[in-house]
Amino acid sequence: MIEARGLARRFTTKTGPVDAVRGVDIDVAEGELVGFLGPNGAGKSTTLRMLTTLLQPTAGTATIAGHDLLKDPAGVRRNIGYVGQKGGGGLDQRVGDELEFQARFYGLAKHDARRKVADLLDRFDLTGLEKRGVVTLSGGQQRRLDIAMGMLHDPRLLFLDEPSTALDPQSRRNLWDHIRQLKADGTTVFLTTHYLDEADFLSDRLLVIDHGAIVGEGSPDDLKHRVSGDLVELGTAQAAVVASKFEDAVVDGEKVSFRIPNGDRALPGLLRDLDNIGVELHSVQVHRPTLDDVFLTMTGRSLREGSNAA
Amino acid sequence: MPHRNLLRDTWLVFCRVMLPVLRNPVAVVFGIAQPLLYLGLFGPLLGEGGWQWFVPGLLVQMALFGTAYAGFSLLPEVRTGVMERLRVTPVSRVALLVGRVGKDVVLLVVQSLLIMLAAMLFGFRASAGQMLLGLGLVAVLGIAIGSVSYAIALKVKLEYVFASVLSASIVPLMLLSGVLLPMSNGPEWLYWLSRINPLAHVVDAERSIFNPGTMTYGLVSVAVLVLVGVCYGVRTFNKESA
Repeated sequence: MIEARGLARRFTTKTGPVDAVRGVDIDVAEGELVGFLGPNGAGKSTTLRMLTTLLQPTAGTATIAGHDLLKDPAGVRRNIGYVGQKGGGGLDQRVGDELEFQARFYGLAKHDARRKVADLLDRFDLTGLEKRGVVTLSGGQQRRLDIAMGMLHDPRLLFLDEPSTALDPQSRRNLWDHIRQLKADGTTVFLTTHYLDEADFLSDRLLVIDHGAIVGEGSPDDLKHRVSGDLVELGTAQAAVVASKFEDAVVDGEKVSFRIPNGDRALPGLLRDLDNIGVELHSVQVHRPTLDDVFLTMTGRSLREGSNAA
Repeated sequence: MPHRNLLRDTWLVFCRVMLPVLRNPVAVVFGIAQPLLYLGLFGPLLGEGGWQWFVPGLLVQMALFGTAYAGFSLLPEVRTGVMERLRVTPVSRVALLVGRVGKDVVLLVVQSLLIMLAAMLFGFRASAGQMLLGLGLVAVLGIAIGSVSYAIALKVKLEYVFASVLSASIVPLMLLSGVLLPMSNGPEWLYWLSRINPLAHVVDAERSIFNPGTMTYGLVSVAVLVLVGVCYGVRTFNKESA
């Protein structure tokens, strides 16, 4: 559905050229839900803007939904949906009108547009809001409207740029359900995010981008697996004894922590062994690696720090 | 397919921006408050017979002010991502400009008609044909200025920058067009300065519709203005930045 090779974008600024995206290869198969993860300023939005015909690449080629990005941008536009970071409903417009015009911009005839609008209002829990002004919607409703506007022509491929930014936890969860439903209905979804939990929850596969280059790729579990093992934390008065049994164990008062592969499976045997040598434990915790650990391993930086700093 | 339903696209863009205006037509009425004030509080100063001379100039001034500020309506649409959303649809980029300009020109024509009718109460005289011609010229000028306004708004993107660009360009254009007082009253250098202002020729042409006089320079000026304005606008909207 997406096949990009060496896609790059250089911006000329007053202080010299800036390579926002340095030649990325992206492959997305039909029906996949792919997350594009990276800190702010990593090149996510620039890449997305190139893939959606908004920005001309300075190098590289891409085929999007069967159309050549450079030679047939109109063909690409007809077959993709795009939901930008900023939303996209007109401040002086009504919900129903915006949807209907959007459908007609995609070439639908008036009655088809109306039918499709009713269908999408229903699908995105917006029924009854047609006559309301776009500005009167809540954040969650606005975001659902934005996505509905990207779906009016039944695109085979939908791009979502930071879909849940600035939403409260409940609206986020609700939005995620809607996005998963899109995938279940057969739409290929490509979304950018700098939220680990979002990437983790939604994506079949993740592309990690940093400083304009792709630094990692795989399913959330694959990527987490690359961080060597789960973090086990044991509380015991004999911390030094326990620490001597494991490589790279860290002792912090009465707490010992170390990483072992497949911690959940290894733990029972491990506890038995410790019991046999007379170690008494008063607490046990196993932490699965998070995508933040993944990001840290791959880039040497925490994603959280990156997104806070920007 | 570069011209994929250009007319249909333009019509849709026009309807989309026209609908909120029709829902709230009060803004149109407010739009004629300023020319009405000129008509009531400035026009009488010109004395007997001044109306035939003053009203055509006032119409050109309305075209200038009415469409030069049009770009402001684009800025919230850029900021809230509307323009970006529309640019990812297959809708023609030219339609995104022309549909908007169309709305402003329709409003301008309606407002100009209202002002002409109001002016008749004061003593302005015009035949239906003259009015039609006068509105036509105003509309073409509006297309030229509106296109440039949207293009500049798209480029500068910030309200305060756009506002200063506007006031820096509109005020000299208006003062040197002879809308309020005849430029021939002034010193020679000022008169010649007004001659290089295309708008002054448009004012002359508009006046010659309702008075004896020549339209030639004015028609040439407005033709050049609309050609340059629309080309500049279309070029800017066709470019990637939005």
